[in-house]
Amino acid sequence: MKISKEEILRIAELASLKIDEGDIEEYILNLQDILNFANIVNKVDTSNIDTTIGASEDCNIFRKDEIIEFENKEGLLRKCTRERKKYV
Amino acid sequence: MEIIDLTVHELLEKIQSGQLTKNEIMKAYVDRIDEKEKDVEAFVTVLTDEALNKVLNIKETGELAGIPIGIKDNICTKGIKTTCSSKMLENFVAPYDATVMKKLDEVGLINIGKLNMDEFAMGGSTENSAFKKTKNPWDLNRVPGGSSGGSAAAVASNQVPWALGSDTGGSIRQPASFCGVVGLKPTYGLVSRYGLVAFASSLDQIGPITKDVKDAAMLLNIIAGYDEKDSTSNKKEKEDYVKNLNGDIRGMKIGVPKEFFGEGINEEVKKNLMDATEKYKKMGVIIEEFSLNISNEALASYYIIACAEASSNLGRFDGIRYGYRTPNFTNLRELFVNSRTEGFGEEVKRRIILGTYVLSSGYYDAYYKKAQQVRTIVINKFNEAFSKYDCLLTPTSPTVAFGIGEKSNNPLEMYMSDICTVSINIAGLPAISIPSGVDQNGMPIGMQLIGNKFQEQKILNAALAFEKEIKFRENYKPTFRKVMG
Repeated sequence: MKISKEEILRIAELASLKIDEGDIEEYILNLQDILNFANIVNKVDTSNIDTTIGASEDCNIFRKDEIIEFENKEGLLRKCTRERKKYV
Repeated sequence: MEIIDLTVHELLEKIQSGQLTKNEIMKAYVDRIDEKEKDVEAFVTVLTDEALNKVLNIKETGELAGIPIGIKDNICTKGIKTTCSSKMLENFVAPYDATVMKKLDEVGLINIGKLNMDEFAMGGSTENSAFKKTKNPWDLNRVPGGSSGGSAAAVASNQVPWALGSDTGGSIRQPASFCGVVGLKPTYGLVSRYGLVAFASSLDQIGPITKDVKDAAMLLNIIAGYDEKDSTSNKKEKEDYVKNLNGDIRGMKIGVPKEFFGEGINEEVKKNLMDATEKYKKMGVIIEEFSLNISNEALASYYIIACAEASSNLGRFDGIRYGYRTPNFTNLRELFVNSRTEGFGEEVKRRIILGTYVLSSGYYDAYYKKAQQVRTIVINKFNEAFSKYDCLLTPTSPTVAFGIGEKSNNPLEMYMSDICTVSINIAGLPAISIPSGVDQNGMPIGMQLIGNKFQEQKILNAALAFEKEIKFRENYKPTFRKVMG
């Protein structure tokens, strides 16, 4: 598994991250190492095997969509680093 | 025995018999934190003043009211910082309590501090914390394990009587093993994840880290149960894990998967656990070696799935909705990118990149979809094993605690140390780690007992019987010395 510099930069862009020019080489080596290992999954025979997306067998569990007033609006607004009038 | 050496159930007995008061207990723990925290560095936020004040004014009347507890710093606590040991959330104060915090509150347990961890629970040594490196109380030059390293080290050093951790791929069990304490990862869906900062939503579970098995059962009793705020929460009826805790294991069948004792497992660890199986035989347990060839495939599939889910879950940290915001930006895109690049640590960024990679077009089928199929195979193989055995016995970790800095430059090597634990999360099973002895350097070794879904009672009973047999707490204690290196 070889990853090119262009590819790693494209992935970083997708992930909204910036990789320093000096760190790119190490990033590529580490990722290649990990992906080479992860490639084991491609050696497993998975014909006729379903995918599992969660550890629970139940799916689509919904509760009633009721409006509940959040009691701590001020606490929530305090999370914002800056606030002016009603804008955050 | 000093107050801080006692388990929670022992403390309760002393309170009932009038030998101890809750104020004395709280004071003893506050003094202990003052004495040991400078060496161990297990806490991100110490709440000793608040805890002393709370115990004086406690309104709840239950038997646990006023007992302290430590909380891993990725569990949201209303009005108290929840940092995930990340610069990204350095000043984040949750406006609400996680469901588990509400449950602790209802019985009157008092949060005495938020505990250090690998940033966003990503790591196995707590070295990835943005704030400090927690030390292992058995040798201060070694790591406490991770990611719940602060929780395990705080319990092992008697700074808290018990703690909550979270486990995505071994993050409760491996640090419990490294620090010589008990760690239980419940079945996926048994404990609500509402208010647990998400790392990999299909794998994360909150669970207890305690001094002994009975305390683990007690804490599980408190935190388990259906929660409508977590759509993956299970609706089954609540069990009483303490009432049915009797250590009666005669006739139980324990399977020993031979692949978990293969290459890469330290010889001393292997021998210790083989001795453990002999002890079980003497207790009337049927021990059978069998083949469960999934370790490497499960580990590979774990890192693909966990990183994919993390890359999506951590998308919310963009400098706008939560957390750190860069001062360096001229447009919105720069605000996103710079906030994330400056706010996340190296390991978190590596996993986001890896997760983004396996989800990106062209690789989705080769990695992510394939990993999900392997996940099905792992579940099927465990199902097959549990059609024959009540529980499975393996090492918790291939080695005892390693030195600080020893593996931090080699991510793949660090990932490989999760080989014994990740398959359990992949399959959503419960597993407990309990101390099974020490190696020649006096470092604790951990034994993992894995149960079928919602069979916590069986592994608790198997663990209790073994704990009574080897009396680890009576025979071994952390030294707080600096030995390795």
